[in-house]
Amino acid sequence: MDKPFAITLDPGSSLANKTGSWRTFKPVYLDRLPPCNATCPAGENIQGWLFHAESGDYEAAWRSLTENNPLPAIMGRVCYHPCEGACNRQHVDTAVGINSIERFLGDEAIRRGWAFPKPAVKTGKRVLVVGAGPSGLSAAYHLARLGHAVEVQEAGPYAGGMMRFGIPKYRLPREVIEAEVGRILDLGVVLRLNCKVSSIEQAMKEGQFDAAFLAVGAHIGKRAYIPAGTAAKMVDAVSVLRSMEGEEPPMLGRRVVVYGGGNTAIDVARTVKRMGAEPVIVYRRTRDKAPAHDFEIEEALQEGVMVKWLSTIKQAEEGEITIEKMALDEKGFPQPTGEFETLAADSVVLALGQDVDLGLLDGVPGLEVKDGTVQVGPNMMTGHPGIFAGGDMVPSERTVTVAVGHGKKAARHIDAWLRGTAYVPPPKPEIAGIEKLNTWYYSEAPHVVRPTLDILRRQSSFEEVVQGLDETNALFEARRCLSCGNCFECDNCYGVCPDNAVIKLGPGKRFEFNYDYCKGCGICATECPCGAIKMVAEGN
Amino acid sequence: MSFQPIKFYQTGTFTVGNRLLAPEERSVQASAKRFNSINSGHRACQGCGEALGARYAIDAAMEATQGRLIAANATGCLEVFSTPYPETSWQIPWIHSLFGNTAAVASGIAAAQKVKMKKGERRNIRVVAQGGDGGTTDIGFGCLSGMFERNDDVLYICYDNGGYMNTGVQRSSATPPAARTSTTPAAGAEPGNVFGQGKYLPAIALAHEIPYVATATVADLRDLEAKVRRAMEIRGARYIHILVPCPLGWGTAASDTVRMARLAKETGVFPVFEAEYGEIKSVLAIRHRLPVEDYLKPQKRYAHLFGKTPRIDVIARLQALADRNIRKYGLLGKEAN
Ligand SMILES: Cc1cc2nc3c(=O)[nH]c(=O)nc-3n(C[C@H](O)[C@H](O)[C@H](O)COP(=O)(O)OP(=O)(O)OC[C@H]3O[C@@H](n4cnc5c(N)ncnc54)[C@H](O)[C@@H]3O)c2cc1C
Ligand SMILES: Cc1ncc(C[n+]2csc(CCOP(=O)(O)OP(=O)(O)O)c2C)c(N)n1
Ligand code: SF4
Ligand code: SF4
Ligand SMILES: [Mg+2]
Repeated sequence: MDKPFAITLDPGSSLANKTGSWRTFKPVYLDRLPPCNATCPAGENIQGWLFHAESGDYEAAWRSLTENNPLPAIMGRVCYHPCEGACNRQHVDTAVGINSIERFLGDEAIRRGWAFPKPAVKTGKRVLVVGAGPSGLSAAYHLARLGHAVEVQEAGPYAGGMMRFGIPKYRLPREVIEAEVGRILDLGVVLRLNCKVSSIEQAMKEGQFDAAFLAVGAHIGKRAYIPAGTAAKMVDAVSVLRSMEGEEPPMLGRRVVVYGGGNTAIDVARTVKRMGAEPVIVYRRTRDKAPAHDFEIEEALQEGVMVKWLSTIKQAEEGEITIEKMALDEKGFPQPTGEFETLAADSVVLALGQDVDLGLLDGVPGLEVKDGTVQVGPNMMTGHPGIFAGGDMVPSERTVTVAVGHGKKAARHIDAWLRGTAYVPPPKPEIAGIEKLNTWYYSEAPHVVRPTLDILRRQSSFEEVVQGLDETNALFEARRCLSCGNCFECDNCYGVCPDNAVIKLGPGKRFEFNYDYCKGCGICATECPCGAIKMVAEGN
Repeated sequence: MSFQPIKFYQTGTFTVGNRLLAPEERSVQASAKRFNSINSGHRACQGCGEALGARYAIDAAMEATQGRLIAANATGCLEVFSTPYPETSWQIPWIHSLFGNTAAVASGIAAAQKVKMKKGERRNIRVVAQGGDGGTTDIGFGCLSGMFERNDDVLYICYDNGGYMNTGVQRSSATPPAARTSTTPAAGAEPGNVFGQGKYLPAIALAHEIPYVATATVADLRDLEAKVRRAMEIRGARYIHILVPCPLGWGTAASDTVRMARLAKETGVFPVFEAEYGEIKSVLAIRHRLPVEDYLKPQKRYAHLFGKTPRIDVIARLQALADRNIRKYGLLGKEAN
């Protein structure tokens, strides 16, 4: 071949030089577990649904969310959102308002009438769920989607459990419960109200059920021994809250003393405040030691609820009570001081926690009951084969979210048990802690705060206190998510590779390394904002 | 509550791409169809900032000229690692000049283009010259100044890695003070490169009052691409000075190349600005101001400052230089000025 002057070799491309052979470490893509997901008691894939919300595809976001939790509009109001406490964005500015976006999606779904897909197959198995609280509803939903025939038997006149008979309207409007429960029933779940199960064995036999999930909650108000005159009025908090649901409104008088420092005490105090009374909470320890969440105490104080910290009730008489001042010892326990005080009180409401009514389990062999709760194995099954349990009636943190998580977990194990197999949860990937992220790349963005109702209406009506985000705010808030540990297709790896060794596969398909040329410098791993690339040593 | 109601895109334009942005708002590097002007298989070290900076810059120039581009390249790492005869990584018309004359070669190409255009033989073809800091600030300085002074229609890009890296890390007039190189050892009372010598070529280019002068780093891709795009809109002599960390010469981890460039900018060590006809038009503000130690410590070329008795005096002098940049160029953004 004729070559130009001074040229002796054919031109060649450097592609002939496979620089991949230089490598001692190689980058690999992975999905790490975002701390929010790792913390959610209902096992939501938060990062996953936020990914869809970020692009404005709220329906896809809602569908992804409800794979794990069928109650987003409820969760978005009452969940104590431990996810936000774990959110990596708090190390940048403030945590992502996950809960407020969840509520936005839940409300959007109700507004637009989104429904769950009908189960594709029917297994022919029948499962009884006892109790239509969050745990029972969650189990029913997941069992139905797995193709089982589900019947929920509920003692009360409405579905919702403590969400209906405990949590007040001003935190959780009843239409929201109705809408989300209705959607579960649309899957073919049968709900029988006013149907108290008094013997589980009998109920299962009568209905020919193959398995049962018990979620009866904890509804018996705990008593405390307080010397009281015959005319003193004492009631328990749960029955006060329950009576708000249509029965006779409770006659408590003007000056109502609420005894206890948990969320129930706060809810009762705020409820009677709205009915025109003057509630005073009496609690034996200090505000920071109270089991109620600080934001709830704050909201109650804003509404004019009074609190006597470090006080116990010694005596109750008609029209007044005697309280004793307490002092914290060096271990932080309250000790009596011998100092007394009287307080005008038309009634005393006890909010000292609840016990489980285990009557329906009488005579069931194999069960283990400890400290008033039913013991279950890691698969949520009680000591009696085929009877599973979850929510407030088993040992755990008593929240709606934990109850929902139990329902999902139990459903998976019931499904496997009915098929004669065992459900093995997929292995958990490593956590995407803040040290795995390169936060330089995220734009500065202040957290969007949810608006609240004005104080006058909060003191006199049962209108919802905390309001929702509008679409613009919700989108903004969703985009604050850092996408911890999961590729969000920012193209950084593709851009920063000095060797063009990253192949872009196109929208939604992420990337691939070209190991023929990747020298293993690791810039991609350092510059991936969200920690979706890991360097691993090459074998030999 | 104040918040941006719209236009918040999670990472904005800090990342290379961003799936939430419209395709036309994304960077050239984000495109699956980018030119890859300098292709895989080149022999640059792991994590080479120069290879990266060259692809960023030349791909942007190719995009801006729709592929009608010729590049002249001075001797130096960029030439050596990309083109060991007969192989080349360049996917554009590219010529290797001598070490010191690349500006002159580019001037010649530009002159030839002008003639060919006049004769109607050629479409509009643009010219880029590129070289390392040694080839630019030292041996190629005369040719470059001439190219500026004649206002030849060339974009000159200097890839500044602070030394003669290709021949074994010797000092250049762009080596920063206190840095150890093979010719400025970390020995004696004033270890490393001396203070008070060397040249800051962007300022010299500015003094020529040519149509366009800019600095950039491999840590701010969008800024770099915008500058190349702007430069290609202008006719006449243009100069872009890009900071390209060198893992070998700086003694940094290969994985830290972009991070080092970012630290140089965020500490004020390397001011990033843009000027037209001798006047500064804009600066890239520091986002999170950091002390110079954060930039110096990860680099072995400054290890002698962090020995048993740290040289706080020397670090303070380097901090003073960074502070002066911040003051002089107003690097803290509008509010801070
Ligand atoms: C006042 C109050 C406020 C609360 N606020 C919050 C909050 O804001 N956020 C949060 O996360 N958690 C809150 N909780 C806790 C939360 O409500 C409970 O942890 C959760 O409801 C437990 O769900 P569950 O399904 O286990 O039981 P439950 O919700 O108690 O539901 C059990 C259901 O079973 C029915 N049942 C009982 N026995 C039988 C039977 N023998 N046969 C048939 N049906 C039966 C009951 O009628 C009830 O409907 C609050 C609790 C209270 C009391
Ligand atoms: C006239 C001449 N002198 C010396 C050399 C040897 N030489 C080749 S590359 C180089 C250093 C290049 O340094 P720089 O321009 O900063 O580029 P870098 O390699 O650092 O990217 C030298 C001194 C040469 N090729 N020609
Ligand atoms: S930033 Fe997003 S993915 Fe990360 S913890 Fe917070 S909500 Fe989860
Ligand atoms: S750098 Fe961006 S595109 Fe690459 S893996 Fe990480 S998130 Fe995905
Ligand atoms: Mg150099």
